[in-house]
Amino acid sequence: MIKYDVLIIGGGVTGAAIARELSQYKLTVGLLEKEEELAFGVSKSNSGIIHPGTQNPPDSLKGRLCVEGNRLVREICKELGVHFKEVGELIVAFNDEETSRLLKLKEEGELLGVPDLKIVDSHWLRKNEPNLNDKAVAALYAPTAGIISPYRLVYDLAENAAKNGVEFHISAKAETIAYSPDEEHRFIVNTPKGAFNARYIINAAGLFADNVSKMVGVDDFTIHPRKGEEFLLDKKREHITKHLLFPLPTKTSKGILVIKTADGNPMIGPTAEDVDDKDDLSTSNEGLAKVLEGVKKMLPTVNENDIIAYFAGLRPASGHDFIIRHEDKVPGFVNVVGIQSPGLTSAPAIALMVLDILKNNGLPLKKKFVFHKHRRRSEHLFEDPVSRIKNLIDMDAAYGDIICRCEMVSEKEVSDAIDRGATTLDGIKFRTRAQAGRCHGGFCTTRLMKILAEKTGKPLTSVTKRGCGSEIVKKDRVDG
Amino acid sequence: MVERDLVIVGGGPAGMAAAVSAYENGVKDILLLERDQHLGGILNQCIHPGFGIDYFNEILTGPEYADRFIKKTESIPQIDVSLQSFAVHLENDKTLTYIKPGKLEIVRPKTIIMATGCRERTREMIHIPGTRPSGVFPAGLAQKLINIEGLLPGKDAVIVGSGDIGLIMARRFLLEGARVKAVIEIQKETRGLKRNVVQCVEDFGTPLYYGHKVSDIYGKDRVEKIRVVKVDENFADVPGSEFEIECDTVLISVGLIPENELIEMAGVAVDKSTNSPVSEELNKTSIPGLFVCGNSYKVYDIVDSVSRDSVIAGRLAAEYLKGLK
Repeated sequence: MIKYDVLIIGGGVTGAAIARELSQYKLTVGLLEKEEELAFGVSKSNSGIIHPGTQNPPDSLKGRLCVEGNRLVREICKELGVHFKEVGELIVAFNDEETSRLLKLKEEGELLGVPDLKIVDSHWLRKNEPNLNDKAVAALYAPTAGIISPYRLVYDLAENAAKNGVEFHISAKAETIAYSPDEEHRFIVNTPKGAFNARYIINAAGLFADNVSKMVGVDDFTIHPRKGEEFLLDKKREHITKHLLFPLPTKTSKGILVIKTADGNPMIGPTAEDVDDKDDLSTSNEGLAKVLEGVKKMLPTVNENDIIAYFAGLRPASGHDFIIRHEDKVPGFVNVVGIQSPGLTSAPAIALMVLDILKNNGLPLKKKFVFHKHRRRSEHLFEDPVSRIKNLIDMDAAYGDIICRCEMVSEKEVSDAIDRGATTLDGIKFRTRAQAGRCHGGFCTTRLMKILAEKTGKPLTSVTKRGCGSEIVKKDRVDG
Repeated sequence: MVERDLVIVGGGPAGMAAAVSAYENGVKDILLLERDQHLGGILNQCIHPGFGIDYFNEILTGPEYADRFIKKTESIPQIDVSLQSFAVHLENDKTLTYIKPGKLEIVRPKTIIMATGCRERTREMIHIPGTRPSGVFPAGLAQKLINIEGLLPGKDAVIVGSGDIGLIMARRFLLEGARVKAVIEIQKETRGLKRNVVQCVEDFGTPLYYGHKVSDIYGKDRVEKIRVVKVDENFADVPGSEFEIECDTVLISVGLIPENELIEMAGVAVDKSTNSPVSEELNKTSIPGLFVCGNSYKVYDIVDSVSRDSVIAGRLAAEYLKGLK
């Protein structure tokens, strides 16, 4: 049986950030992911916003971790070569009542330590956000808001953690956990990939964190999936806004937003709807109608014909705040659950908090002599100027071999994604954006399948969209 | 920076016809860029007959039709064909950047003909709600998988939309031993050629539902079923008319859109609803010396019309060049 000092359950951004943080210490660390690839759960539908910390109650844990995470993530992005853009956000008010709520948001944000908050007037808005509805009277401007690719952050954290010794086990769903308090390695986690023995367990299982916690008898919380439908616009509309645009928040969500993304394509959404089914990722006509209605209040010119993709994600909500705690009834078991928004931003701060919890509960943390904190940046032609593209092609001819025409993704980028861990077409898409553009893989799917099959030494019929059961084709045509 | 008299973007039927025509009208320095590894464009995967009736007075398959133009193009030394060459940037002074394996090239042509063809409208553009499992294909991708790669996308298919590619694929699936459960068309009549409705659907007894739409796709990893609903003359759902069809594959064939992102980048006005260039005269754009032809100018029903349109574009480019001297 494989033994670890710490075993993390869940390969989303929370698990990956904790894994990378732990990888600088003299510990054996493993991570279990139930899907075929990391970031295939909650994280894959994240909108990629690095929040400034506003819209959180001043006494909340998530508010504190968000502000700290916004600061920490910048350094991590530099170390890992992840593209972070500080675009700033505007929370927009359309009347006097809303303006007075902006003042309250500003005050609460400042209590949390959100830097440089400013109320801007309609004159400022006309000048700096020309497509915004001219009925807007004021906005709270938070310059420290930014954007990032949520999946690339997960993949890059994990790649770096793996380089520093963390072992990742995919398609390894935790099915049962046996607990023997007298043993040093007191937990045995059974999975389809075998049993794992651990001294400490971090439960970062997202939507399924309540199921995992129940396995050790801690059942005082429930994860309630809250669905969000999002709609992605054509990259041609990249400059439709300069900032992230927010309405005033409601009780359950931050409202329908206009989101700039690290990939260029603007996104509109999300809805917020409590659902029962943790696998319900369907989108609906009602969701689209709601999003368009909400967005047109802010951006009247938004055009439905510019929508090129849509998807739904589930927020793993449990009450209004994060739950991050050592379970004293089950020494060694740490719950990191209910990580809904702003979970992506908070992840680096959550990781530090978890380290403290482990230390306070008997795990000695000694730094390794050598920690490789840097990772070679993945190249993306779409973010590069022509001169840089020319250099890359001179360096490696395969950068000049374009596979995905809509998003300009080269053979080299696709090969790199596979070398760095992609095993499915969705995995390639999340890492490179191939198939994510306006033609939806109409032109590039066959070449991607061939590259993936060739590099992994498997037949074309075994290529999947996102793991077993989602094979792209049924069989060879010729085999009858 | 390389200077050229004429650069043509796209080596499908439009680009080749334009190149040959430009040459025949006196242009002697032509660069033809094709992103694929062969000339011929989408014709290469259209192995069914029915091409060339109008242009050649013969019934040809897609590859045969393409081959006539490929031979002609390759026999003219003044047409410099560059394969695996992908145009990435176009400026309003017609400076064009393209890349190919191992090379980034910036050209400054006196005139340009864009023959970039079209792409399929997707499931996302018609907003079919539901899940996003594997098994939902643009019909043209399914055609490529079967005809070029020798792979069968699925065994129980439903075809959404009665565009020509969808109709052709209905027959193709049946010939490959798969089942076609239905063709669902939201309009009251087909948007494809009548002959394709008869030969590809009716002759095989495949159910074709006019005035119906797919209202939901179900399935976690792979398509499991779809829900269909009848629509009234305003395309609103008729309550109580819903039914479900079990299937593992959904082919989307709901029309084509001209590919004009490059000229849009250069500042050419493009119609928001059709994606065709806003144009006073056939093949012309708001930038003098920048021409658009074939399916990127407007989506034609048959390739024969694409060839005729592109011959005119080749001549216009030649006349433009003469006017510069």
